[in-house]
Amino acid sequence: MAVEIKLPTLLRAQADGQASVSVDGATVGDVFSALVERYPGLRGNLLDDSGSLHKFVNVYKDDDDIRYLDGLETKLSDGDVLSILPAVAGGA
Amino acid sequence: MTRRFAQPTLRLTESQYATIVGNCYDGLPDESCGLLLGPLSAGGQSTGLVSEARPCRNVDASAVTYTVDPRDMLAAMRAAEARGDEIVGVWHSHTHTEPYPSPTDVRQAVDPGWMYVIVSLRDQVPMLRSYRIRAGEIAEVAVELDRG
Repeated sequence: MAVEIKLPTLLRAQADGQASVSVDGATVGDVFSALVERYPGLRGNLLDDSGSLHKFVNVYKDDDDIRYLDGLETKLSDGDVLSILPAVAGGA
Repeated sequence: MTRRFAQPTLRLTESQYATIVGNCYDGLPDESCGLLLGPLSAGGQSTGLVSEARPCRNVDASAVTYTVDPRDMLAAMRAAEARGDEIVGVWHSHTHTEPYPSPTDVRQAVDPGWMYVIVSLRDQVPMLRSYRIRAGEIAEVAVELDRG
């Protein structure tokens, strides 16, 4: 099933400059696997060395943070939209 | 030192400036934060123009750190997309220190194309400065206030 992935500006250079990419997959993990296979430069930005979601990245399935769903095991339906957001933080 | 990525000039309207500084005071004693939306050039570079200064929640609720609420970031991303803009920067307050990126700010700077605006509330008069941060390097960029 086709899912749309929206990429922040930071990651577009690793995805031929595209703001969104359509990828097939039944779970978020499947979709990310397909995404990094197509654009290997994205791997280090999305996943850590153990294959888990990078702590500095937030992923929303429509309006829901996948960390509060089933993480990379979150099931997807045709037409779902995944938004990848960098964690924006700092401090004095 | 002027670095070659110390551009473009950040252009804020008076209203946007008031939104940013007002948001910083409203958040006291905690740090405040928000996102800047605006157009990119055809080549995907920052233009320095801002279409909206959008206050966000600081989920850290801390006087020394901030993290933009990702739900607010998602909403900002959608708002920007709806009018053909992008998120082009972020602001946050330094409640008791100078308006200069801290080591934490530099380490956690996510996008070398963004404007990083810091508002210091240390003194009686707020000080707003803007920077770009790339690979650990800091370059201050000029800020122009459009008095319309």
